[in-house]
Amino acid sequence: MKKKMIFSEFFKNNGVVMGSLLMGLVGFWLVFLIVLPQLSMLDYSFRFNLPPAEQGGPKDVYTLSNYQQLIYGSDTTRQTYNTVDLMVFVRTIIAAMAVTIFNIFLCYPLAYFLGQSKGSGFVRLLVVLLIIPYWINEILRAFALRIIFGDSGLLNEALMLLHLTREPIDFIRQDIALYAGLGYAYILLMLFPMYNVIESLDRNQIEAARDMGASWLRIHRRIVIPHAKPGIASGATMVFMLSAGALAAPQILGGPSSLWFTQLVYQWFNDSLNWQQGAAYAIVLLASTIIIVLTVMKAFKVNMGDIGK
Amino acid sequence: MSSGVAIDLENVWIKFGDFVAVREANVNINGGDFFSFLGPSGCGKTTILRAISGFLEPSDGRILIGGADMAGIGPNKRPTALIFQNLALFPLMKVWENIAFSMEVAGASAAERRKRADELLDMIALDGQGDKLPSELSGGQKQRVAIARALCANPDVLLLDEPLSALDLKLRQHMRTELREIRRRVGITFIYITHDQGEALTMSDTVAVMKSGVIDQIDTGHNIYDHPSTPFVASFVGENNLFRGKIKQISGNEAVISTRRSGDLLAQITPSQVGKLSVGNEAMLFIRPEALELSDSKATGKTSISANVVNQEFEGNSFSVFLEGDGGKQIKMSVPNLGQDNIAAAGENLSLRYDAANAVVMPVGELASE
Ligand SMILES: Nc1ncnc2c1ncn2[C@@H]1O[C@H](COP(=O)(O)OP(=O)(O)OP(=O)(O)O)[C@@H](O)[C@H]1O
Ligand SMILES: [Mg+2]
Repeated sequence: MKKKMIFSEFFKNNGVVMGSLLMGLVGFWLVFLIVLPQLSMLDYSFRFNLPPAEQGGPKDVYTLSNYQQLIYGSDTTRQTYNTVDLMVFVRTIIAAMAVTIFNIFLCYPLAYFLGQSKGSGFVRLLVVLLIIPYWINEILRAFALRIIFGDSGLLNEALMLLHLTREPIDFIRQDIALYAGLGYAYILLMLFPMYNVIESLDRNQIEAARDMGASWLRIHRRIVIPHAKPGIASGATMVFMLSAGALAAPQILGGPSSLWFTQLVYQWFNDSLNWQQGAAYAIVLLASTIIIVLTVMKAFKVNMGDIGK
Repeated sequence: MSSGVAIDLENVWIKFGDFVAVREANVNINGGDFFSFLGPSGCGKTTILRAISGFLEPSDGRILIGGADMAGIGPNKRPTALIFQNLALFPLMKVWENIAFSMEVAGASAAERRKRADELLDMIALDGQGDKLPSELSGGQKQRVAIARALCANPDVLLLDEPLSALDLKLRQHMRTELREIRRRVGITFIYITHDQGEALTMSDTVAVMKSGVIDQIDTGHNIYDHPSTPFVASFVGENNLFRGKIKQISGNEAVISTRRSGDLLAQITPSQVGKLSVGNEAMLFIRPEALELSDSKATGKTSISANVVNQEFEGNSFSVFLEGDGGKQIKMSVPNLGQDNIAAAGENLSLRYDAANAVVMPVGELASE
């Protein structure tokens, strides 16, 4: 009933021709750019990697073998597990979570500061300064970080100049560069949703709590954080999803011994030319991250609808 | 039951950069009083209240609560509770949690808090509504919850920043009565801010009238209405007819001013100006619409005015008759409705009279904008 009202309202506001055109575009976007590609990937993941001649032939049937490959490796007897790939998977998920949590803690004070010092020129300048680095290509940014974190990079030089360390620290091998790069890559996606919700918080609520003797900690715990929760949730969702699915930062900043799960996916597609296998890996990653996001949202009592706000 | 605590502002100035928001405020508020600050929007009322509650420090001067200087003491340490202009209820907390928030801060158990919240809910006639969210209450109910939340901490002084401005007329009148009733029960000092003069006059023991950062007059509502001390107060509080002219004669606390159109008029000099005016000064004279009445005889004396009727409006309990006055301004006369069909026709020349005791004269000054 309510949906119908929205649609009729939409057509009334835009006219039938324009309305249909807009609806058509949205529909096209949904179907051709989101639903169909993912469906075809899903379909791929359940098929054998056959030479072109046999495709569509009698051997082209659905199979779970691509998923078995992730769990048991090439061991068809299912005696041993594919520990290498599974470890990469687990490490990717945990590292993406760590990056997300780190970003939450980093962005919250900043978002609070920006959001509550409403619209002063200084704050607007700060926001612009935060955005400008993102005009630079993601890969370029990652390489810049690699230079900074390198053996004779800015950071090591500075540390040695200050006599904090005698030998250069291998930030790359320690994966510090990777985490810094991932954290930096998507930090604005955390900052802006948080900033938006905190900006909409009525200052008087904070003052009322202060008037009643509440400490800063309590004000944040009882008033600011509950208010900011949808923003934190949408920021965290985006950062987690994108970090877990990142490719450029792990390729460029990751240590030689540590793989990111997306790199495995990439290898299957690109090096092994086994799209079916790559699709299965990608689908596992997608499904797992969605389940994790939904579980965490449920645990923190955030509704899907609040995130869209 | 606390008996309320006195508040004194001594020569308080509040500046934002170069802008002076409050200029040289000297106010003494007795313990247990209902004290109102009345003034148009932007005159500095909220600023004064924020200074009393401790959210901002005066640039100069002292604020004393119960005789103690409050300099450097934060809002959480002052025995005041502020009710914000927009109430600032916590939208994500239940009503009872809102009310008992100050106890939560003090570390009271949930059971204690709930008990006290229920008592207060009883007092504001919202028993059984504690588990709702603020958004599920009506405007007047939210209002009462905000009051209960402020009272929960047992403050010595309650500061209210235009708490009724968002309500419709009927509810506002109802809440006025209720506020007075609550004050009677808790007996603490109320400092009330409003730009609605009716609200200030009906509820307060004492009213301070403010104009762009300056307090013009501090007095009982009755005196503010009957003996305004500046043209601003005279024109801002209630309706008033202004007559401009030169002072022709002074005797004691009475003066005669000669006006262009209405001739010589006799009035009392406002108490604060007695002895300070001299003959020949420009002056302003004010007569309330209800102080004017129809005169039987032709207007001749110093308390009578003759003017042509412009039109008349029926107000229900009275008729408003508008007559030609000085400088394009109309004179308004209010005649009680005692069953007359009609007071006067447009164009008719009327003779009006008034008692000199009901007219007040003062030096020329700024008027409230209409
Ligand atoms: N933080 C501030 N910085 C600069 N100027 C301010 C600040 N707070 C208030 N002012 C100015 O001080 C004056 C008084 O403001 P205040 O909020 O006290 O008005 P008010 O009497 O409460 O008005 P209203 O009835 O509209 O609430 C206004 O001109 C306002 O612009
Ligand atoms: Mg105000």
